[in-house]
Amino acid sequence: MSEAALRPDIRRQAAWYARGPWVSILSVAGFLLFWFVAAEIAQSRLLPGPVAVVQYVINESLHGDLVFQLGITLWRVVASFVVAMIIGSALGLLMGQLPAVNRALDPWLIVLLNLPALVIIILAYVWFGLNEAAAIGAVALNKIPNVIVTLREGARALDPGLDEMARAYRLTPWSKFRNVTLPQLQPYFAAASRSGLSLIWKIVLVVELLGRPNGVGFELHLNFQLFNVTAILGYTLTFVAVMLAIEYLLVQPLERYTTRWRNKPV
Amino acid sequence: MNDTQRAGATSPFKIRIEEKTHIGADGTRLTAIRDLSLDLKPESMTVLMGPSGCGKTTLLRVVAGLDGDFIGEIDMPPHSRLGFMFQEPRLLPWRTVRQNIELVAAPGFSGEDLDNLAEAVGVAEMLPRYPQELSLGLARRAALARAFSTEPDLLLLDEPFVSLDERTADRLRRLLLDVWSARPTTAVMVTHNAREALLLADQLVLLAPRPTHVVAVETIDIPRAERDTKIIEALHADLSRRFPANFAEL
Repeated sequence: MSEAALRPDIRRQAAWYARGPWVSILSVAGFLLFWFVAAEIAQSRLLPGPVAVVQYVINESLHGDLVFQLGITLWRVVASFVVAMIIGSALGLLMGQLPAVNRALDPWLIVLLNLPALVIIILAYVWFGLNEAAAIGAVALNKIPNVIVTLREGARALDPGLDEMARAYRLTPWSKFRNVTLPQLQPYFAAASRSGLSLIWKIVLVVELLGRPNGVGFELHLNFQLFNVTAILGYTLTFVAVMLAIEYLLVQPLERYTTRWRNKPV
Repeated sequence: MNDTQRAGATSPFKIRIEEKTHIGADGTRLTAIRDLSLDLKPESMTVLMGPSGCGKTTLLRVVAGLDGDFIGEIDMPPHSRLGFMFQEPRLLPWRTVRQNIELVAAPGFSGEDLDNLAEAVGVAEMLPRYPQELSLGLARRAALARAFSTEPDLLLLDEPFVSLDERTADRLRRLLLDVWSARPTTAVMVTHNAREALLLADQLVLLAPRPTHVVAVETIDIPRAERDTKIIEALHADLSRRFPANFAEL
C-alpha cells in the first residue's frame, strides 16, 4: 500500500484516539444500560439493577460501615504491597546481579510462583494464628515472587556503559544508586506495582474471607450467606472505583512524572 | 579556571602493565597488553595510536581504575580526580544536561563556573534539556563539559570524536584545545585518526598490535597553533615512512 493510501486511515485513527475519553465513557454507559435492561427483565432479588446497587452504596456509606470496611481492606492492600515491593525488589536485584544468589534461590522462586495462594494463606493462619501479621504476610508472600521475577529482569538489563561512567567519575554508592540505577529500574518498578496492586487486592479479599472479622472480604462472605447480591455488588463496585481512582490519580500521574525525559520532541 | 595549581597536577603518572588478560565467557584467554610502560608528562596531551583492536580502550580502562584485574601498577597521585570522555556521550538520559554535569562536578565548582564552561563548549542553551533532545555533536560537547567540570588531574579521552562528520569533529577538536589550554591537565587520548593525533599531541605514543606494548614515543614540539595542514601532512609522511605498520591501514 502506498503512503498516500495509508494517510486517511492514520488520520481517522488519530481522530479516534483524540476522542479517547468519550469512547471510554460511552463504553461504560453501554455496560450500565445492558445491566439495567437485564435486571428489569429478570426482576429477581439475585440480579439487582444499577440503581438499587448505587442506592445501597450511598445508604451504607452514610449509615452503615462501608467506609470503615473499605478503609480496613485498603490498609491491608497498602501494607502487603509495601512489604512485597521492598522484599521482592531487594531479592530481585540481588538475583539479577549475582549469578550465585540466583542459582541458590531460583528453585525456591519457582516453588513460590506455583504455590496456590490458598495454600499459603491457610498455612499462615494455621502456623501464625488468625492475626493481622499472618494475613498481611500471606498476601505479601503471594506477591513477592512476581516482584522478584520482574526486578530480576531489570537488574539484568542495567546498562554497563552507564555503570562504567559512574565508576570513572567516582560517584558514591548512594549517588550511583539514586541517579544511575534507580531510573533504569523505573519501568520494572512500574510494571511490578501495576500487576501487584490488582493481584494483591484480590488476595486480600480471600484472606479476609478466611480469617478476619472485618474488611470487604469479610462483608462479601457475610452477604453471601445472606444471599444479599445487592450488597455483594455494592462492595465490589465501590472497591473497583477506589482501585480505578488509585490508577488514574496516583499511578499514572506518577509514571508521567518519572518518564518525563522520554521522547520529548525537540 | 587556570589560576590554581594543585599538588597532584604536577606529579607524574607512571603506567607499568606487565600483563592484562581477558578471560572470555567460554574460558578462552586473550592477552590484550604485555610489558607496556609509559610515563605521562604532566599537563601535556599524550595521544595513543595503534591498530584497531590492539587494546587501546582496555589500556584506558585500566588507567581509569575501571579494571583492576591486571599485573602491574598504575602510579598516580592519591585522590586524583578523573575526567573521562567515552566513545559514546554516556549522559544520563533522565537527568538534564545541567544535572548531568552537576552530578560529577568538583566540590568547588559553582553554578557560575558551570555556566561559563557550558558557554565555552557551546551548550549553554542546552543546559535545561534532556540528552535525548540533543544531536550527537551537542551530546559530545555536553560530555566534554562534564569531563572538565570535575577539574580533573587526569583527563582520559577514548576516541571522543568518532562517527561525527569531519567538520563537526574538527570544530570539537579545536574546542577541546581551547578548554584544555585554559586549564592544562595531564591528558591521554586514544584515536586511530592520524591527522587528529598529529594536531593534538604533545607526545604521540605508537602501540603494537595485540598483545600491545609501546613501539615508539614521538615528541611533537611544534606549537599547536602553527600546525597547519602542510605541517601535519609533512609529519604524517615522515611517520608513515618510519612506522609503516602503524600508519598503513589509516
